[in-house]
Amino acid sequence: MKADQRDVLSGVYYIDGDVAAGYGALAAGCKFIAGYPITPSTEAAEAFARIAPKSGALFIQMEDELASVSAIVGGAWAGAKTMTITSGPGYSLMMETVGFGAMLETPFVLLNIQRGGPSTGVPTKTGQADMMQARWGSHGDYGLIAIAPESPQELFDYTIKAFNLAEKYRCPVMIMSDECVGHMTEKVVIPPAEEIEIEPRRWYTGSPDEYVPFKPDKDLVPRMVKAGSGHKLYISGRLHDERGYPVDDEHYKLKYVRRLVDKIKCNKDKIIELKEEQIDDADVIVVSYGISSRVAIRGIEMARERGIKVGSLRLVTVWPFPDERITELAKKVKALVVPEINYGQVVFDVARCCHGNANVVLVPHGGAGVHVPDDICDAIVSVAKEERKIEEVIEFKTKLEISVFGGGLKSKE
Amino acid sequence: MAEIRFAGYGGQGIIRSGIIVGKAASLYDNKYGTMSQSFGPEARGGACSSQLVVSETKVLYPYVTNSDVLVVMSQEGYDKFEPELKENGILLVDENLVKHKPPRGDIRVHLIPATRFAEQLGKKIVANVVMLGFFTAITGIVTYEAMEKALPGSVPEKALDLNIKAFEKGYNFGLELQKKQKDPQ
Repeated sequence: MKADQRDVLSGVYYIDGDVAAGYGALAAGCKFIAGYPITPSTEAAEAFARIAPKSGALFIQMEDELASVSAIVGGAWAGAKTMTITSGPGYSLMMETVGFGAMLETPFVLLNIQRGGPSTGVPTKTGQADMMQARWGSHGDYGLIAIAPESPQELFDYTIKAFNLAEKYRCPVMIMSDECVGHMTEKVVIPPAEEIEIEPRRWYTGSPDEYVPFKPDKDLVPRMVKAGSGHKLYISGRLHDERGYPVDDEHYKLKYVRRLVDKIKCNKDKIIELKEEQIDDADVIVVSYGISSRVAIRGIEMARERGIKVGSLRLVTVWPFPDERITELAKKVKALVVPEINYGQVVFDVARCCHGNANVVLVPHGGAGVHVPDDICDAIVSVAKEERKIEEVIEFKTKLEISVFGGGLKSKE
Repeated sequence: MAEIRFAGYGGQGIIRSGIIVGKAASLYDNKYGTMSQSFGPEARGGACSSQLVVSETKVLYPYVTNSDVLVVMSQEGYDKFEPELKENGILLVDENLVKHKPPRGDIRVHLIPATRFAEQLGKKIVANVVMLGFFTAITGIVTYEAMEKALPGSVPEKALDLNIKAFEKGYNFGLELQKKQKDPQ
């Protein structure tokens, strides 16, 4: 289905990533955002609030983050496409209801413009340290999707994609951007509405008497109705059977919760998006996501100039994780280099998929800034020369770390 | 590739300056312009700077490390960022706001009474746009035509005429200054 003309502000803009995400949400057909504005995501909420009324969409500033995410789960069940917008501290507060939304198989989008943490951290500077929280932040087993854009244009494009995936798989979709991209101003092209594909809700169209709320289609995803539209609907966070009624035993736990995990796992080939560059002849591959993947390309260019055969595997979607592709690549190369703005999160999933076939190097960054390309280049060059097989993840010492701590930070040395 | 930093304090239009030049470069000069704003917990009145990287190809590293051009409108901005200016870098100074020390031998310094010009035009607030005109004439990183197109929509509509005048004042002053420097007579 094509986007609605009145939701798409077609044109060429010079705007920041946050604003682009707000425009993207509207273009995707989002009709309700509830949020508790927080730096550095505020501009996204402001942008949506500014343009929403003309499209009959609504922004409500809630009393806090718990209320914000609860409101968008409710809004989704009332029939709207919904989103909330936050950053680290707010994201932590939202976690319980992310699981609630997942349990109810609610389609909604959560935009996290990551900042430096923990706690209040560095509100106006960047970080990528919420990646594991995105995947595992709420209790219990469930699958979800996380996307990491690297430019304002992508914050527009992938916000639309996030909504489409949320509708298709009826799960929370996290847009895991960061302050650097959110506050980066660049050219953004918003195409005409007829060029934007949007995923409609998976409405149930049968007879109201026969509606079974959690009975899945073949792809493991059930169909939805609008609460209050005359169907029998009983939904809660309690473990339930297909009708939505509370159940307790192992049988249902297996059948139902397993499906929450499997509907993402079994469809992951359709969900996962990767961007690969110069992989064919590579001895080393940089695996990265979000802003780090953008800076990494410069590091790769520099390493190529120094004669190292290095390529890039960019995780556009970080969750679900591309296990098979990384396992396959690890068999062909000497090492995988993972720059991320944290002290090691996604790198451990990369290492898990390597099965000891390639060395894995973490290029850490403590946040409040992004990697300098030299560090990524140096990590590539040094690991390309490494002849030993090293079982654990190798932590590369960046210039910044050496300048602050000297050479002796690592406890093992 | 050119790394440009605008420095001043919150409320002077420092971020806006980065946006206008970035917009001119990316939308009208067919280049890539990536602007990042940096600010601390404070807003109006606090130190503030915007960073802009203009390139023929996609900007991969978005921040300024060694600036090619530094535009300063506050003493603090001058003191803080002058050392990061590259060898042969261009320093543009609002001489009404910044007392600049004896210049480093390896940079090119250009002074303009931007605030006084802006006051003469009727509003001190357009001093940043005077600086932008000056910047356009001296550096050539963006074209006059692109800047002319970038101004509408980037400044309040009712103040557009004033801003265009401010831009032209700075631009012409820059051209004359360059003429004088080329031909001292």
